[in-house]
Amino acid sequence: MSFLQGESLYGGYGGTDILHGCSINVNKGEVAVVVGPNGAGKSTAMKAMFGMLDLRDGSVELNGQDISSLPPQERVTLGMGFVPQNANVFTSMTVEENLEMGAFIRRDDFRPTMEQVFSLFPVLAEKRSQPAGELSGGQRQQVAVGRALMTQPSVLMLDEPTAGVSPIVMDELFDRIIEIAKSGIAILMVEQNARQALEIADRGFVLVQGRNRYTDSGEALLADPEVRKSFLGG
Amino acid sequence: MSDVSDILNALILLGNFVLVPGLAYGSQLALGALGVTMIYAVLRFSNFAHGETMSFGAMITILVTWWLQGRGVTFGPLPTALLALPVGIVGTVLMCLLLDRVVYRYYRREKANPVTYLIVSVGILFVLSGLVRFVIGPQDRVFADGERFIMKARAFKQMTGLDQGLAIKTTQGVTVVTALIIVALIFWFLNRTRTGKSMRAYSDNEDLALLSGINPGRVVAITWVITGALAAVAGTLYGLDKGYKPFTYLGLVLPIFASAIVGGVGNPLGAIAGGFVVAFSELLLTFAYKRVIAYLTPGDWVPEGLIQLLSTDYKLAVSFVILVIVLLIKPTGMFSGKTL
Repeated sequence: MSFLQGESLYGGYGGTDILHGCSINVNKGEVAVVVGPNGAGKSTAMKAMFGMLDLRDGSVELNGQDISSLPPQERVTLGMGFVPQNANVFTSMTVEENLEMGAFIRRDDFRPTMEQVFSLFPVLAEKRSQPAGELSGGQRQQVAVGRALMTQPSVLMLDEPTAGVSPIVMDELFDRIIEIAKSGIAILMVEQNARQALEIADRGFVLVQGRNRYTDSGEALLADPEVRKSFLGG
Repeated sequence: MSDVSDILNALILLGNFVLVPGLAYGSQLALGALGVTMIYAVLRFSNFAHGETMSFGAMITILVTWWLQGRGVTFGPLPTALLALPVGIVGTVLMCLLLDRVVYRYYRREKANPVTYLIVSVGILFVLSGLVRFVIGPQDRVFADGERFIMKARAFKQMTGLDQGLAIKTTQGVTVVTALIIVALIFWFLNRTRTGKSMRAYSDNEDLALLSGINPGRVVAITWVITGALAAVAGTLYGLDKGYKPFTYLGLVLPIFASAIVGGVGNPLGAIAGGFVVAFSELLLTFAYKRVIAYLTPGDWVPEGLIQLLSTDYKLAVSFVILVIVLLIKPTGMFSGKTL
């Protein structure tokens, strides 16, 4: 029984299903990575885990509690954080205001959490009064992750956090993500950069057409010649 | 050569007929445009009923003013309407919330497109304007009382010894001061309070606001509260300054939308700047420069015509032209609006 567990998920946006029974799970302190070819349903699976999609079948459990029918907002209050792939910051608001909005559901003093985010991403502290829309792609992603961390989640879900950033920034981001996981948060992310992502993954899920094709530790998947040949370009 | 007093006289002439009325009219447009822009930024549609909402607010204020006047209550040198204004604000806010509940909420749930909303708001425009005429009637109403002038033209002439006088009506002063207070309050609210920031967040990125736990129903309700209050204040100030005629508020929608779009619809700062741009354009283009030129040219020469670029009958056309120019050259407006 994992901390966050999606079991045999079926669902899609309209009439046809995109997910055909895939299962994804992650424990606290671990990094789980979902990879797969385009159209495999990776982002859809994330949305299903977060309640942004109606499930036709299957269940999502958080810490043993069935949350399958809860809307996203209630999952946020239960300790789930989500960083969407696109439009994941409030562009017209300053970095500090973005973090404040992340902490919107909290009624206690969130200053210490903000300081933690600033020590995790020092560049954000420098740019705290700048509108998030004026930042570079990598810095924006940091704001997006920081915003999601403001609720002090126990699970952080990231939809392609390194989309559109340079390789150097990508390494930097992955380092930060490992750091976040080490603080005891469960990390679940979808990644295009499959090889680099699997290198840091405790668990890897290779999805194809909405089903689990391979499920193993990141290391084992990287070592599997078939996975390498089909999904990692040799 | 024209001497110093001629130049001063010319300036006072412009001040009296352009600057002072422009500041008052600009403030009224700015408040109106602010209401339109708020609705656009949060609910994402063009609220054509805003003019009639202003009229409704002014109507309630007038009714309460009459009641107060009937009981012998006055506000010293200031218009009694200012005392009645809080009731007008509450009434208009309640009306806005009611309309949202029975009309707009339905279309929100249907996820109607902006054009549908626009048509719906035109429907509400007719309902409100009918309601206003039913309650207070279509006639002109003057409800300004108290001291009429802060500065009388004759007093100014005596004070300065110039030929031209500068008159400032109490209603003009009240308009500008009230607008300043309201605008300061709105900016403080949007930039300093948690609720205000959540409104800006919702307007910036609705999905992310939901993910952050911001309650959309609350944001929408607060937007209507602010819009209703703005409409009541703007409508009352306009009525105080120019006399209340239910008919004029329909025509007011055009310069208000021009103001919001010139500044960048969705941007509150833009709405205010746009209000003054439209107000001063109207006044500068329809002002007769004859006497100003007479002062500034040497000798006793006086131009034969009025030297007026446009007849005042074409005042409305100015808003249209500004609207078209802005949409052609910079459709996002001066401040590139979209979000609060």
